Amino acid sequence: MRALPGPFSDWFERRGWQIHPHQQAMLERAQAPALLLIAPTGGGKTLAGFLPTLAELADGTHRGLHTLYISPLKALAADIRRNLTAPVTEMGLPIRIEDRTGDTSHSTRQRQRADPPHILLTTPESLALLLSYEDAPRIFAGLRRVVVDEIHALAESKRGDQLMLCLARLSRLVPGLRRVGLSATVEDPGAIARFLARHPDPCEVLHADPGPDPDIGMLETEEPPPWAGGGGRYAIPAILDEVRRHRTTLIFHNTRAQAEIFFHHLWLANEDALPIGIHHGSLSREARERVEAAMVRGDLRAIVCTGSLDLGIDWGDVDLVVQVGAPKNVKRLVQRIGRANHRYNAPSKALLVPANRFEVIECQAALQAVRDHDLDGEPRGPGPRDVLCQHILIAACSAPFDADDLYAEVTTAGPYAALSRADFDACLDFCATGGYALRAYDRWQRLMQRAGLWSLRDPRSARAIRMNIGTITDADLLKVRMRGRMGGQPLGEVEEGFAASLTPGDTFLIGGQVVRYEGLRELTVEVSRDPGRDPKVAVFSGSKFSTSTRLTERILGMLAQAAWPGLPAHTADWLALQRQVSHLPRADRLLIESFPAEGREHLCIYGFAGRNAQQTLGLLLTHRMEGLGLNPLGFVATDYATLIWGLDPVREAAPLLDRAALAEGLETWLQGNAVMKRTFRGVAQIAGLIERNHPGQRKSGRQATFSTDILYDTLRRHDPGHLMLKVTREEALRGLVDFARIEAMLDRVQDRFDHLRLSRVTPLAAPLFLEHGKVPVEGAARERLIAETAARLMAEAGLA
Amino acid sequence: MTGHRFSLSGAKLFALPSGALWWADEGLLAVSDLHLGRSSRIARLGGTLLPPYEVDETLAKLDAEIARTAPRVVLCLGDSFDDLAAADLEADHRLWLTRLMAGRRWLWIEGNHDPGPVDLPGEHLREMTLGSLTFRHIAEPGAGGEVSGHYHPKIRVAGPARPCFLIDTARVILPAFGAYTGGMEATRPPLSNLMAPGAIAWLTGPTPCALPLKGRR
Repeated sequence: MRALPGPFSDWFERRGWQIHPHQQAMLERAQAPALLLIAPTGGGKTLAGFLPTLAELADGTHRGLHTLYISPLKALAADIRRNLTAPVTEMGLPIRIEDRTGDTSHSTRQRQRADPPHILLTTPESLALLLSYEDAPRIFAGLRRVVVDEIHALAESKRGDQLMLCLARLSRLVPGLRRVGLSATVEDPGAIARFLARHPDPCEVLHADPGPDPDIGMLETEEPPPWAGGGGRYAIPAILDEVRRHRTTLIFHNTRAQAEIFFHHLWLANEDALPIGIHHGSLSREARERVEAAMVRGDLRAIVCTGSLDLGIDWGDVDLVVQVGAPKNVKRLVQRIGRANHRYNAPSKALLVPANRFEVIECQAALQAVRDHDLDGEPRGPGPRDVLCQHILIAACSAPFDADDLYAEVTTAGPYAALSRADFDACLDFCATGGYALRAYDRWQRLMQRAGLWSLRDPRSARAIRMNIGTITDADLLKVRMRGRMGGQPLGEVEEGFAASLTPGDTFLIGGQVVRYEGLRELTVEVSRDPGRDPKVAVFSGSKFSTSTRLTERILGMLAQAAWPGLPAHTADWLALQRQVSHLPRADRLLIESFPAEGREHLCIYGFAGRNAQQTLGLLLTHRMEGLGLNPLGFVATDYATLIWGLDPVREAAPLLDRAALAEGLETWLQGNAVMKRTFRGVAQIAGLIERNHPGQRKSGRQATFSTDILYDTLRRHDPGHLMLKVTREEALRGLVDFARIEAMLDRVQDRFDHLRLSRVTPLAAPLFLEHGKVPVEGAARERLIAETAARLMAEAGLA
Repeated sequence: MTGHRFSLSGAKLFALPSGALWWADEGLLAVSDLHLGRSSRIARLGGTLLPPYEVDETLAKLDAEIARTAPRVVLCLGDSFDDLAAADLEADHRLWLTRLMAGRRWLWIEGNHDPGPVDLPGEHLREMTLGSLTFRHIAEPGAGGEVSGHYHPKIRVAGPARPCFLIDTARVILPAFGAYTGGMEATRPPLSNLMAPGAIAWLTGPTPCALPLKGRR
């Protein structure tokens, strides 16, 4: 057993601490080329990652950068710096620790480049920027170790793919670089290990003691959950009781809009004036920092939050996690539960609050999955090529490169290990010439080959490339500010589409307050305080996850039970009634119901394919129905079903669901859909086809660029085989369109369709009538709306 | 023909859904802000390499409008080229343009992007007065009977913004006709300040329609 160096064992002893076995194991394997540690929150994971570094730096002989720490959050980098500086100072170690993020001042960043600290804490984007500089080889000259924190979260997004390309570059600059990944519990540690390691290096996986099983259950409320919707408002009194009973409670919601609405009503019901805050990604940085600071001081009894608190600062005082709405994904639920009780070996306590009747079943299935340690996760495909394009541009910023060398380097990154040379060359061609069928840019290539090496044709373009580094592409967001006073207090951000739907006088929720929309100025949404209690408009963006395949299987398993002693009576009775008047959906069959209701014909397809796939199914089916003259009027989709309404009954559903016909609809009509355009925008930004930020960008009312929709349509017309369209398609099929799950559903049921014709709405279909997010079908609908609105406005203005 | 009929200083004009303006009595078709060569200019300056099809898109649109209206005069109201170097078109685009010019008068009004004569046939003018109307690239406050472009006005109704004409009793401002052109929200200054109370915005696109410019938000 490798002994802890003197100052360390003394320091542990003084605090009465014992080194954890996994921390010891990390020290013993300090020389491994790659190492992945899976540990629950509060397990001393970060210290385990840094112990070998501190040991190696203790004698003060190392010059320059030794260890690079990468975290997905800026706040986490700053937090770790504080937490690490304390023991280093107490032990009197000669180690300089600094963080570097987008918030670091220009002068500090300049100094860090000239004279790097021993330990640099940063984010994937800041690392990519550092690597784009000509002096990158000098900055990283002494580097020995890289520690990637929360790697499970990074591995789920393009940020992780970019990071792994950066690590491949680092390994080339400093051969022998050792990699360490720190991860929460995941379903497939081997996949994360392959993601992290330099291909084909081995990567050992260490497991810390997972600690005791969490103490979780479903919140009992007097009032049963409503039939539909997602806010969990009915549970507010019961949740307030729990907040009173605990020191600090985190109340998680699945979307920002739901968090806002819930917080608003929680505050109205908060008669004891318990200090409760709200935290989500659409709030201004100032607002988030205020809440974080209050939390650190221990001033808050509860925080209503979203995924923005899934990671990050270690708040030891949280003793209860409440999840409002079905968790959709068991792995995320387990990680959220881990936010409670950050002390090792104390069980985390969590309560699930189903937001509607169907979610009672879903929560029950999730609870069982957590108890069975049955985690889910959809495997990610190979590294996306838009990220690779950006990486090639970054490489060209730092130095001229040889294509063979860069290809060899890129394929040492786990996500790109299987990248073909042809695919690489296509990305390089895109970066150099645009990759168009019409070779229009021979004179104005972005990258030029000179003496066998690729470099920027115009060195000035490096600035714009650097300004656009990163793979986080939010929808276009507009800042929201209070009107008046110097600039007005920033409140947060809303999506442009939401802002466009507002007219002056509309009220909406942001940061827990009701505000009145006044107007748009300088790309800022101006609002004023509104004394009203009930916002008129309460919907803005927020990620909507689909229920995972694994969890869906469990739900279908539960539906197949003969009886449901585990479910509350109100839910069990509902299912029993459905079984009596219709069927319950089964894993190996597809239940389709059609019935008249509210003067319209309805068709309900219980595909259990997840929200995105059910939405796509709605788009494809209504399009086909339109073609067959069945006059569909609209549809709504949830994780488990799609409900379509129209003028005529569907007598035969099977032909509608013909696989070849669906696939054809996908190829032709769906390619022009808004979902595809949204995906294209992200891909085009990441690959460097369009710029989010431009040097010298004016803050005028003029759009800095024209709409990416125009570019998408132009490419489809003139260059349908273009790389950006291929990448867009791949990504949409896995993401927003999720056609893979429609195909998986068709595989699951084969031709076993149960199409029932019923005289009225069924128990399972009824809640769908109350769902939000109804999609009108007619393409003509918007045109009609425009004409009607214009006519009304003209009449009102006396101009008609 | 679909379009919006209005009169300006006694001239009977017709706004077309494509963004072009038709003056039937003079057989004159006016288009503004073609911004030809925009993608190649961005590339030349070391920027991104946009799909190089915008000249084809814009010329095809112009071709269709000329075929529909058979004008005696075509007037391009400035910013026809994204810069003067962009006027150095590819041979096939130059040929296309020459074909469109054949048999009719062609006027290039200069804009801020193309301030000076370009190496193409046609008359090159700073501005032009015909009958009661004056055609210039940038609107001048206080002018009357004025037809201009420059601002790329757009307006939102029930969804994303669409290009629009702005029309009052003194002037009309044309939307951008080019394929890769951004836009400016018409309800905001300086655009809204140029227009008199009672001005209307005429929305182009699949369902063209008129709506009041002011007092709607």
